[in-house]
Amino acid sequence: MKIGRRGFLSFVIGGAAGTALSPLPWKLTDDSSIWTQMWPWTPVPEDGETSYVNSVCTLCPGRCGITVRKIDDRAVKIEGMKGHPVNDGGACLLGLSGLQLLYGPTRIKSPLKKTGKSGQGRWEKISWKEAVSEIVEKLGNLRSKGQSHTVGFVSGSDRGTIPRLFERFLTAYGSPNLMRMPSVRDSYELTLHMMQGVQALPGFDFENADFILSFGSGIIDGWGSPVRMFRANSAWQDANVKVIQIEPRLSNTAAKSSKWIPINPGTEAALAMGLAHVIIKEELYDNDFISNYAKGFDEWKQLVLDKYSPDSVAAVTGIDSGTIVVLARGFANASRPLAICGRGDGNTPVSLNESMAVHALNALAGNVNKKGGVWAVSDMDYISWPEIEMDAMAAAGMQQDRLDGAGSRKYPFSRYLMNRLPKAINSGEQYPLQALFVSGANPFYTLPDTKSVQEAFDKIPLVVSFSSYMDETSQHADIILPNHVFLERYEDVPSPVGLIQPVIGLAKPVVEPQFNTRHVGDVIIQLAKGLGGSVASAFPWDSYYSCLKETLNDKWETLVEKGFWSGTELMGPTLESAFGTVSGKFEFINPDTGSMPQFKPISIEGDERLYPLVLIPYDSIRLANGYIGDPPFAIKTVEDTVLNGEYVFVEINPKTAGSAGLHDGQRLVLITPKGKAEVKIHFFEGIMPGIIALPRGLGHTAYDDYLAGKGINFNTLIGPVEDPDSGMDAAWGIRAKLNKV
Amino acid sequence: MSTLDDHAKKISEDTAGGAAAARSTEEKMEKQDNGPGGPIILFFILGLFASLIVGWTIFPKLLYSQKKQPIDFNHAFHVAEVDNGCESCHFFRKDGTFSGAPKLEQCIDCHEEIQGVDPDEIKFVEEYVSNGREVPWLIYSKQPDCVFFSHAAHIKGAGMDCVTCHGHIGETENLKVYEENRITGYSRDIWGKSIAGFKKNTWDRMKMDDCAECHQRTDANIEKTGIKTPTNRLIDDIVNVISPWSLSTVKGSSVQTQRDACFVCHK
Repeated sequence: MKIGRRGFLSFVIGGAAGTALSPLPWKLTDDSSIWTQMWPWTPVPEDGETSYVNSVCTLCPGRCGITVRKIDDRAVKIEGMKGHPVNDGGACLLGLSGLQLLYGPTRIKSPLKKTGKSGQGRWEKISWKEAVSEIVEKLGNLRSKGQSHTVGFVSGSDRGTIPRLFERFLTAYGSPNLMRMPSVRDSYELTLHMMQGVQALPGFDFENADFILSFGSGIIDGWGSPVRMFRANSAWQDANVKVIQIEPRLSNTAAKSSKWIPINPGTEAALAMGLAHVIIKEELYDNDFISNYAKGFDEWKQLVLDKYSPDSVAAVTGIDSGTIVVLARGFANASRPLAICGRGDGNTPVSLNESMAVHALNALAGNVNKKGGVWAVSDMDYISWPEIEMDAMAAAGMQQDRLDGAGSRKYPFSRYLMNRLPKAINSGEQYPLQALFVSGANPFYTLPDTKSVQEAFDKIPLVVSFSSYMDETSQHADIILPNHVFLERYEDVPSPVGLIQPVIGLAKPVVEPQFNTRHVGDVIIQLAKGLGGSVASAFPWDSYYSCLKETLNDKWETLVEKGFWSGTELMGPTLESAFGTVSGKFEFINPDTGSMPQFKPISIEGDERLYPLVLIPYDSIRLANGYIGDPPFAIKTVEDTVLNGEYVFVEINPKTAGSAGLHDGQRLVLITPKGKAEVKIHFFEGIMPGIIALPRGLGHTAYDDYLAGKGINFNTLIGPVEDPDSGMDAAWGIRAKLNKV
Repeated sequence: MSTLDDHAKKISEDTAGGAAAARSTEEKMEKQDNGPGGPIILFFILGLFASLIVGWTIFPKLLYSQKKQPIDFNHAFHVAEVDNGCESCHFFRKDGTFSGAPKLEQCIDCHEEIQGVDPDEIKFVEEYVSNGREVPWLIYSKQPDCVFFSHAAHIKGAGMDCVTCHGHIGETENLKVYEENRITGYSRDIWGKSIAGFKKNTWDRMKMDDCAECHQRTDANIEKTGIKTPTNRLIDDIVNVISPWSLSTVKGSSVQTQRDACFVCHK
């Protein structure tokens, strides 16, 4: 039987009718709708038991308590810990995004060894045993050749058991080269040493102060312990506390302050001196403090009265002399005024003169080691380990000068001068650095003058990174020994800088290590044991865990249960016993060095004729610029006026732009003596004419697609400017020009 | 004459021949019009039956793949051993959330050592308990993650029995084959064993219509939600078109006009 056209059609019609009468179309419609609503690649939240783990966030120096919500074994949300003395339930953007740093794609999954050239990104996976034994062999060789001092260690912090283990390792091994990454804490520590004769941390009683004078400190832009500062700032608003923000740019802090006073950048010390002039001249200072607790006042007073009249200060700072007088009176007449310094988020030091001048204002107000004032607080001394028995090699190594020049005859009181390291390596004047270990820091990205940092890195035969992420430093390392991330490891966290009550936090594993990583504390112990002899015997612990538990001793139980331990006694001494100087008083003039609060301009790099503009950096809470880069959640919050695709915006006053014939959004080349980059410009009336500003925290070459290749790293455009008094990097900007593309 | 006759005959013959030819063509036509009427219907019926067979029997077989659970489990035996019925293992956590399929933690008290000689028991202890590995159970009642569903509201709040939705699984001695929908990845138990969607018992299906079945009733304990599922909305719409006067309450009470109605249950 032949099937004709009609037969075929009737077969099809019959088929269609039959299909309609069968469940097939209805079921397929239903299934395909479920399928399209639930694409297999759409992540579905875990279902399971909810639990909470208290820990500490160590992504920035803020050290907030966190409570991590878990569903079964997966961490799903980071929240601020309620009742924690630092943040009491608050959290910042970076902290909230922390899970992306745990589960994100930028993690290093096992120990790696470089196979290609530096920065090529060619790696070979190696076992922990191989990695540790290779490093032990190299360190052993250096030590046997009497070159133990050529090993350096860079750490993000020098407080708590982990940095102390690094220090212990280097001491037992025989190297003085432990370096801490720079911050305004360096300036404060030196100032407290110079003026109060103490080795102490600065503490600020913000919660009780009633007048805040901020010399460019980004109170809500990441300065200090960020969440504590947000809370303090909100409390000031409620209590009508005056907050005066002095800086050349209308930052978020300036916008939220009671008054923003724009100042010529780099002249903050001059303003402080001008204020001191008015306070002294009008006798508004705290007489009790000056006559009973201070020394050198009369000599300094003469200098202030001679050189820093409001008119002369007005000429330097660009601030009207009337404003200076009103500001000085406002500060001195407040009952608990507080002056602070450290530009932006405080990740760069200021010149010694500047921090001393600002501190002198607090002294004039008599607000030192008092309620609502600045405190010199001693670090908590809960770490008591047995004395290190150094062998001859270690003793010889420790006798060598530090490579960064800290503690040298030139800079006897500076403790760390990491900014000087690249220059010291590149000039080769002292001795070459044979090995560099980096932990909790990303110097390749955060140190100024990236080119010279790269040159220095290339000269070091062995760079070991303990980073959990493939950051810039890891990219240029020879061996990477990935540490557990903060949510996978134990670590004691002493109270953040700026706090005056003692707090110890305990970061503890929220989840099991996700990859083949190892705790940096354990690696140090293993390296020491591998080296043997007196180095091994300095480390009597089996593991970092046992070391930590033993160290924290009676506080351990509380720490594990609660997540933090806090003492009731304040960490600082009272005014009567606050000064460790020979005179036992506050020294306006340091008797040893003659340093005193004054204004010595720090001149920035670049010829004014070639580079007519001044480029300054700015910080934002939305852009992490420390050793951690912005996670995807955070980078998405950056405004369109800061980052546009791959282009970063340079802020420029319309007046400056108008005179050069530039238009808003124009693409230009930004050139400084240190480098150049293609940028776009953004007209902003909140920046002083003649000055342009660029955000810090962009221009990563490492991390993921969300962050890498976006904008410019400010450090590629600026170099360090050494403060002649402290050796610290006191660069507040660099001269620049904008050329057409 | 003969010539005439001959001629006439010839004509007549010709005509007859012509008529015959015409007849035969007509016959052919008739054959084609009437005779092949049967095969066309036959083709229709063939298509109809073929597609019915495909739709009702072949399609379900193709749609679902047969999967075996990693190990077998005897519910009846375990229910007899425990004091608290289903909730002994499928319990509510302290925060009120429902634990679902038990974890090793619940099994380990009895099964740290091998109990008996059952090969599944040996496999369970050796492969899972000893290695601390959770059993990757295939969950018959797993639903797409698009609905807020609270076991506590149904069991504790409304006092419902597990059997109402899950059937008499507690009385079974073996785990049945898990039929996985190849398109959606969910179990056949959600749509129900009957491909047509018919059900005899409350636990035969777990689609939205089945939720609506209770939630549309006005029983004392159940809050009437006026829930409109795709199916009963379709029926309402048809009725509404045919006899607009008979369903006066429908107007203005559709899902769309109730504030946030969908999002009471849907995420």
